Amino acid sequence: MKRVLEGSHAVAEAVRLANVQVVSAYPITPQTHIVEIISDYCAKGKMNAKFIPVESEHSCLAALVGAQSAGVRTFTATSSQGLALMHEILHWVSAARLPIVMVDVNRALGPGWNIWTDQTDSLSQRDTGWIQLYCEDGQEVLDTTLQAFRLAERVNLPVMVVLDAFFLSHTYEPVDVPEQKEVDRFLPSYSPRFNLDTRNPYTLSPLVTPAFYMEMRHDMALAMDEAMTCFAEIEEEYAALFNRRYGSVEAVTCDDAEIILVTSGTITSTTRLLLEELRAKGEKVGLLKMKMFRPFPVEAVCRALGRAKKVAVIDRNFSFGAGGVFAQEIKAALYKLPVRPTVFGYIAGLGGRDVTTDILEEIYIKTRETDLPSQESIWIGLQEVKYAN
Amino acid sequence: MQIDAYDREYMCSGHVGCAGCGATIAMRLFMKAMGEKTIMVLPACCWSVIAGPYPQSAMKIPVIHTAFETGGATASGVRAALDMKGDTETSVVTWAGDGGTFDIGFQSLSGAVERNEDFIYVCYDNEAYMNTGIQRSSSTPYGAWTTTTPGQDWKRLRKKNIVEVLVAHRIPYVATANIAFPEDLIRKAQKAKSIKGSKFLHIFASCPTGWRIPSEMSVKIARMAVQTNIFPLYEVEDGIHYTINHKPKEYLVREYFKLQGRFRHLTDKDLDQIQTMVDEDWGLLLKKAGERS
Repeated sequence: MKRVLEGSHAVAEAVRLANVQVVSAYPITPQTHIVEIISDYCAKGKMNAKFIPVESEHSCLAALVGAQSAGVRTFTATSSQGLALMHEILHWVSAARLPIVMVDVNRALGPGWNIWTDQTDSLSQRDTGWIQLYCEDGQEVLDTTLQAFRLAERVNLPVMVVLDAFFLSHTYEPVDVPEQKEVDRFLPSYSPRFNLDTRNPYTLSPLVTPAFYMEMRHDMALAMDEAMTCFAEIEEEYAALFNRRYGSVEAVTCDDAEIILVTSGTITSTTRLLLEELRAKGEKVGLLKMKMFRPFPVEAVCRALGRAKKVAVIDRNFSFGAGGVFAQEIKAALYKLPVRPTVFGYIAGLGGRDVTTDILEEIYIKTRETDLPSQESIWIGLQEVKYAN
Repeated sequence: MQIDAYDREYMCSGHVGCAGCGATIAMRLFMKAMGEKTIMVLPACCWSVIAGPYPQSAMKIPVIHTAFETGGATASGVRAALDMKGDTETSVVTWAGDGGTFDIGFQSLSGAVERNEDFIYVCYDNEAYMNTGIQRSSSTPYGAWTTTTPGQDWKRLRKKNIVEVLVAHRIPYVATANIAFPEDLIRKAQKAKSIKGSKFLHIFASCPTGWRIPSEMSVKIARMAVQTNIFPLYEVEDGIHYTINHKPKEYLVREYFKLQGRFRHLTDKDLDQIQTMVDEDWGLLLKKAGERS
């Protein structure tokens, strides 16, 4: 049924439909709408789940470690500082091989205090062993959250579903909410591969000596590789039932493109508008939307970008001393090609600054008019700032 | 007390605790009371090692090791999952050291008991970070040497009174116990098991390695902590009803201190001051229990 929902509500609907059994949460703007609705659903019996109102994000994820290990499906949502506080437990969850699903609403990290969108919070968790999926609109949020449970439980790794603060979390859009019985066909009730059971007692996550540690990490690496193929399979199953698929990346008019803009999150929608305008003017331009960030879809990126002359990566994030995170990863992926496009890295929209079609066009023209990037990272739209003494 | 409690064992031989380890004795006694329908959450502490490295385990019950500061939270999650599965029979226990309880795990513990999560939180207290090499914690007592309170910089601050902090949360049951008083310890564990909501057991567990005592003195010194009123045995129900379980003859604290290398540097004057502090604390406890000495 089509409903008009906030991005946050689309998450809550997916969690309800996924028959999650334990949810823990600690409030942080702009995640609150997600957990308020879930809490309400638990209170009203619309969800048969226990909601644990923990005293911090660190405890939030630790509580899910306990719950998921005891054999139930779990969920949480957080943002920014909250995700940073969870960092230790992010590593714990993946190495404990717990298929926890979490939504991160991309928000800037302080200081200065800033509640608006910025991807540095989730991207700086790239080495924690979580699968990361970035969403563009409310429908994709709902669909991806449902798929996340299947994917996590298939490979026993956690999944982070990522959406932009406000531009997506607080924006109302028509969203097709599937029926429970249809979802049940796609996502059966949770059946854990291992769990805490007094009838069959064993120890989880004990001390591990150098004799075994490396093999355990290698198993995680294999599971992360497997996630790539599993995601494609799960998307096909989902498409068969609901007629929607997104792909690990989406390439729009990339086949004959000389310049390809690479985006993620809601900037993608704005870029689609620009793309239409530029194509109408005869510009040979393409768009590559990055949905999956971990595992990084190297093959798909090479396929989409390999024939272009130039690639302009738009990063709403920054790794100090290195550059935009997507740009770095794309450069690394393209390295295996014998002939590579020139990669331009642009930094735009940090801390929730609007990235308009004008800004995107400026990026496109800059890329078209220069043979090589003037800098490793080109910051777009910087103003002359006079700081108070 | 269940008659067969003493015959039941839920620990295997081959654990890797030090000789004379009080924490190991504490676990053995505690589990006799709990039985097989127990799931144990083990945040980082000496017991993360004592339980044995993969693929071995010294425990005959399900155990989940978890991060240092997550004892209260992880147990909350295990309990929630069991409740969702309709398992009301299994007890959830967090088994943490003093560092994981008094210091780094304090927020998680406070959060869990404020929510009155149905679990037993056990702190086995050896009064410092022993697993990492005897660093001071907020449980380290006044007067003690540790590797981070060395030489003339021995700890000149009081031990945090964790029991009263938990009592202030008004949870159903808080009790102290001691490895030298096994009947009392087992009775309290059984009582905790029978009560719904958050329960806190504070078990005094001597550490020969960190206290600089011979391993065969471990139980004797633990007993002396009670006999000197340094670690009184008592229980508090609903944050109000105090019961003192053992009224000792009040040996002088210096008898307890002089047997331990960690207090070797203390002068007679220091010991007199410590005696005054212990007497004051005991007087306060008597007042709360409505008793006279």
